[in-house]
Order: sequence, then C-alpha cells, then structure tokens
Amino acid sequence: MLSRVANSIYWLNRYIERAENVARFLEVNINLMLDIPTGIEQQWQPLVTTTGDRAFFEQHYGEATAENVIQFLTFDQQYPNSIFSCWQMARENARSVREIISSEMWSEVNAAHQMVSKASKDLSISDLSDFLEQVKQASHSFVGTTDATLSRNEAWHFGRMGRFLERADKTSRILDVKYYVLLPSATDVGTLLDELGWMALLKSASAYEMYRQSSQQHRITPAGVSGFLILDPEFPRSVQFCLWQAEQSLHRITGTPLGSWHIPIERSLGRLRSEMEYLMIDEIIDRGIHEFLDQLQQSMNEVNNGIYETFFALPPLETTAAPQSQSQSQGQGQNQSQTFATPQSY
Amino acid sequence: MRFDNYELDNFYDELFQSADQPRPAGAALVDRIHQLGPGELLQRQQAAQQALFKLGATFGVYGDNQGSDRIFPFDVIPRIISAQEWRHLETGLKQRIHALNLFIDDIYHDQKIIKDGKIPAELILSATGFQKPCMGLNPPEGVWCHITGSDLVRDRNGQWYVLEDNLRCPSGVSYVLENRRVMKSTFPQVFEEIPIQPVDGYPSQLLNTLLHLVPENIAHPTVVVLTPGIYNSAYFEHSYLAQQMGVELVEGRDLVVADGHLQMRTTQGLQRVDVIYRRIDDTFIDPLEFQADSLLGVPGLMQVYREGRVAIANALGTGIADDKVIYAFVPNMIRYYLGEDPILANVPTYLCWEPKQLDHVLGNLDQLVVKSADESGGYGMLVGTQSTQAEREEFAQKIKANPRKYIAQPTLCLSRVPTILEQEFVGCHVDLRPYILYGQDIYVHPGGLTRVALKKGSLVVNSSQGGGSKDTWVLCE
Repeated sequence: MLSRVANSIYWLNRYIERAENVARFLEVNINLMLDIPTGIEQQWQPLVTTTGDRAFFEQHYGEATAENVIQFLTFDQQYPNSIFSCWQMARENARSVREIISSEMWSEVNAAHQMVSKASKDLSISDLSDFLEQVKQASHSFVGTTDATLSRNEAWHFGRMGRFLERADKTSRILDVKYYVLLPSATDVGTLLDELGWMALLKSASAYEMYRQSSQQHRITPAGVSGFLILDPEFPRSVQFCLWQAEQSLHRITGTPLGSWHIPIERSLGRLRSEMEYLMIDEIIDRGIHEFLDQLQQSMNEVNNGIYETFFALPPLETTAAPQSQSQSQGQGQNQSQTFATPQSY
Repeated sequence: MRFDNYELDNFYDELFQSADQPRPAGAALVDRIHQLGPGELLQRQQAAQQALFKLGATFGVYGDNQGSDRIFPFDVIPRIISAQEWRHLETGLKQRIHALNLFIDDIYHDQKIIKDGKIPAELILSATGFQKPCMGLNPPEGVWCHITGSDLVRDRNGQWYVLEDNLRCPSGVSYVLENRRVMKSTFPQVFEEIPIQPVDGYPSQLLNTLLHLVPENIAHPTVVVLTPGIYNSAYFEHSYLAQQMGVELVEGRDLVVADGHLQMRTTQGLQRVDVIYRRIDDTFIDPLEFQADSLLGVPGLMQVYREGRVAIANALGTGIADDKVIYAFVPNMIRYYLGEDPILANVPTYLCWEPKQLDHVLGNLDQLVVKSADESGGYGMLVGTQSTQAEREEFAQKIKANPRKYIAQPTLCLSRVPTILEQEFVGCHVDLRPYILYGQDIYVHPGGLTRVALKKGSLVVNSSQGGGSKDTWVLCE
C-alpha cells in the first residue's frame, strides 16, 4: 500500500481515538468537580498539564478556568488537539484515502464531522455532557463500522496500530489526571472523596463495571485501579492490552513472526509490551506512578517515531524538494501546504 | 406539485411537446409525479440532496476558502432521451472520436492534414495544447484519447449540436453514477415502469479500457489514477473512480522513476506502475520536459512513457484537439480522415484569427458568445446577450490583442427541462455531456451528465458557475 495512504489511515484512526479521549478527559473532570464539596477550589489546570500543551494554553487563554479549559479542549480551531481539530484532521485524512476505506467508514467520519462542526457553532454549555457522549459514540461507531466493513488487510492493521497506540497513550494520561487532581491533598487519601475520584477515573475509561467484575479486586483501591488501567491483559483500554494489539498488527504488516524481531521498530514495541507483561503494580508504585507514566509516554513516542521512519518516511530516492503539492492553474491559487498526517506529540 | 402552469415559452422542451402534452418517452414520469401527494416531490428533492451531501459527493471551487468542497446541486426531474435519439447520438459520437484520434496521431507524426491544406499549420503550432515533446510518440494501437466527454446542446428546433470536445481530463461521470443511485431510491416505481438503460457499468468499462493499454506480457498490471490532490475541484471524482475500479489513487509525490520504470512508494518499498489514468494536465506531468516549476508531476516520467514502459490515458498531447479553434475544424477532419459526412453538427463558429470573421465578431458582440480557446469550466467567456457595454469593450480589447485565442458562436436557444425552483416547475436550460471510451472499440456510455442552469433564463450550466445536474435517462430499445 502507498506510504502516504498508510500514514493517512494510521492518523485517521489516531485522531478519532484522540477526540474520544479528550472527551473522556473532560468528562472525568466534570464529574469530579460536581462531586467536590463547595469551598474546595475547582481544579482545571491539571487537564491542561496532562495534554502536554501548557505553553499553547497559557499563551492563548491565561487562566485555567472551567470555561477556558473546556473551550480549549472542545472547539478551539487553532489548537490542533481539540476535539474540533481532531475531527477536522480525521476527515481530511479520510478524504485523502476514500478509495481505500469502505464507504460506510467514510459516511461515519463525514457525519461525525458535521455533528462536531454544528456543535461548535451553537452548543450551549448545558449540552456539553451530551456532546461529549456523542463524540465518544461517534468514535465507537467508526471503530465498529471499520471492524464490520474493512478487510483485514494492511489498511486495517495500520489503522488498528494507530488507534491502539493512541489509546495506550491516553489511558496513561487519564491516570495522570488523577495524580494531579487528587494527590496534592495527601490528607484526602483513603477518604470517601478519594474513592469517588478513583471511581470517576474508572468511569471515564469506561472501566468501572469491568473493574468491579475483574477477579480479586472488587474494592476500589489506588493500586487496584492503577494496576487495572496499566496492566490488565483483558481490558480493551488498558495500556498492556493496547500495546499487545498494536504489536500484533505491526507483525501482520511486516510478516515477522510474533516473539521475534528483524527491524528496530519490532524490537522497541516488543520490548515495551513484554515489560508491561511482567511488571507488577507494586513495582510501579515504588517507582512513583507519575514518574512511571512519564517514562511510558516517552517510550510510546519513540515507538510512534519508529513507525514513521519505517513505513511513512519517503525513501531517499527523492531528489527534488517537494514539500507541497500544487493546484492546477485553472484559477486563483490556493493554500496547498497543509499536511494532514504529521505526527504530533501530545 | 403539478405541471398545470408549466410554461414552454417558445423553447424546445425535453419533457413536453406542448404545454399539456408530455413527449411519449416522458408520459409515465409525468403521470407518476401527478400521483404524488402534496409536498411529496419537494420532500424527495430534499432527501436526494441530503443523500448526496451525506455521501460527500462534492466538488471544490477554486478561490473559495469556505471549506474546500460543496455539493453539486441536484434536481430530481430527469432528462429523458429516447432510444432512437440516442442511437443517432451514439453513432455520431463514435464517428467524431474516431476522426479526432486519427487527427491527433497525424499531428504528432506526418501532419498530412496540414500538408494537404485542410488546417493551417499556424493554428496548430500556436495552440497551447500542442506539445512538442509528443512528436513521434506511438501510444498503444494509435489511440490517444481514451476518455472523452463531449458537450452537446439542442437548439430551439430540437436539433443537436456538439458544443465542444473535452479530450484532456473530462469530469463529471461520478455524478452520473451517484445521481442515478439517488434517483433509483427517489423514484423506484418509475424505474419499474420505464425501461431505462443502466449506468453502473461505467467503472468496469473504464477499467477494461485502461487494462487494454497494458503490454501483453505483464500478468498482474498495476493501474493507478493520478490526481493533483484533495484540493482539486474534481478530487471527489478521482477518488470515486479509483475506489469503484479498485485501483490505487496516487499523487505525484507517491511516484518516482527508478530503474527505468515508473514506481510508487509503498510500505513495502517501490512497486511498478503500468498504466496511469491521469487527471492532471499535460504540462504538469513531468517538470523535466514541460513546466519546470510543477510539483504535481514526476521528473523523468516522459522518458519512461516514450520508451513504452508506462501507458498514460489520456495520452499526452491530446489537448491539441481540445482547443476551441481546432474544434471548428472537426467536421473537416471527419471528411478528411474518414471520407464521411459528419453525423453531428458543430455549432457555427467564428474564428477571430481570420480578419473577416473578426470584424463580424467585433461588430456583433452583443449577439454572440465569445470563448477563450484554451479555458474550460465557464472561465474566460462572454455571453453577449447578457453583458454590459463595459464588459463588451473589455472583451473587444482582449480579442484584438490576441485574436488567435478567441472564438465566437451565436447564442443558442438551449433546450429546457422542467426543474424545481422555489417550489415551482421552471423550464431551465440544459446541456449534455456523454462519456466516450476508446479501448479495443469505441464505447458510448448510455446517458451522460445533464447539467442545468439553475437560474431562470441563465445559459451557463458549469458547476463552477452555479449550475446543477440532473439524471439522464436513456430509454431501452
């Protein structure tokens, strides 16, 4: 498959997954804030911190009020990782690979994009929860449609790899939100408020019911929840599960048998995944959850860069510098320089 | 909605032969519309538009920064062509495409038609579509133009004329297919009652035409559609055709010449390309031989093409016959190459290049339609009857400065089809663009794109100028 097309499908899936997770971030915080007794200061700054785009936020908004942070993460058209921008980019990527994906997939993307654009124009704040729910739903709907209509070919595997790497990264960040929001007040640890916080967190990863049902850990404990979201081998949003899925697709693309490696990217992803497989939550807590997550995110960025280098970067044959495409000269020129699939650190 | 107050206004109407009498081919449709409940037709019209929008059947408009695509307006009243009429058009188009191909081949080889004095050499050499690098090229089986979209119109008497031939990258066939899909869900009963020729075979016919260009020794050829990218106004169509044929849609940046072949960059390394259906203009295709600053094409492609290691449809150089001045000579070509009388007439055309005709044009600008010889999409034209004095003066200056570049034609009274405008049936002017494929044989796709001027009285049907489209029904024999 064309490198450009593989890149677009990979990012199409990442952007949709990203939009879904931004909606999840917001949800967890809104739920938390609603449960926090009056008199305790609302905390919105942690959401900005965990995006990794604090500088952008401060430059454009200044103070991290609820309104500012919500605007920033939902409809900011300049901010490339807002829900609006993610769907915009998802649609542009889908448009450039329409001939590869199924028309049902295209319809899903198109319809969701219309929904988000419309909401960006006339959404009132009281409808925010509904909107976030719709964003999650749109993403699920896209994934379901993909599973039901796309052959398990290269396109499918590149899409799956993009989606699961994005999800692994975001699950780790959702967990990080908890670290920032609730940990500062150490006196709260073990209180009802603390438990509510961990429950909200589980719910934002759609993990509450699955967590309760999972063997041995019905009770809500920090170690239990962190362990579930990072290491559970069966839960589809845990870091461990996502890395495992991504690795399977990588090997389907390259043809290298699982459990062995030929090229550097297979080694770095395999190594990261197997590390997760043999880690125990107590070790993570000893290292510090935040420090662990930070390191994990860095490793996942390296995996992403490896995928870019291996599959998407143009072979060095190219001699003419052609960073832009160009329109045929039938009319006024137009801006052609946008690229849709540039990897972004989040 | 009923046709009771529908006015023919002394134009040729495609659906009605007199105010209260539909043409035989359209009677069943008119009956069906009269049976619909109040408001139902409008609802169906809206549903059809909505379906197309959901599908993303859109086109881009140059210079429009409001979102890079918009929907091509669609009207649910179809244009109907009887089997007998269609046979006439089909024969005429085959004859025309045959002659045009012989002409292009001749121009890039011996130029007999010039030597025999049928076309002045000066006109050929000055045509922007004439590509020197194509001299001596031998495309497979001498066919240059594999995909043509000729624009046809009818005048007040119902007489058909060829308005122009689009031999470079004619657009619109995707709307033909999508419009039909929507119409079948809008009027399923009518399709049961009236035998209409299906249009879904186009992608297979196109793929066959492209595969026909592959040298016989290649067992698993790679066919690609080459697009300028998602900002091109016809991107939807490029992507749609690639999808319908199941072939790769590539941009120039995906391609490279390596080891003497054209190759595309894939996740598994370079892969050979055998046939390109190109949707970019000649001069963008290879910066080494044509426009040096083009970033759309592939350096070195022309050399590979010349050596016969990649086939291109349409062949490079076909633009020579796309020139509106050369168009004026097509009837002569038919007589010259085929020894036959043209079945389809040209619209009478004045060449500003000839002093006498130039005088006539300048003296009658308010009556004529003036067109630039090498532009399309309704750009660079003057509709005399609807122009202001200032516009006519501006055009007169342009024509005098560069008479080779302009032709003029009388303003035709284009035929009309009832169209829903503001909840009423209004007769709107239409043209017709059938698509002709030339592979092993010449194939005329039954139907074509009916474009409709969506403003009362307007004669301009181009999508870029606010026109819309209708489904075209060619009835079975």
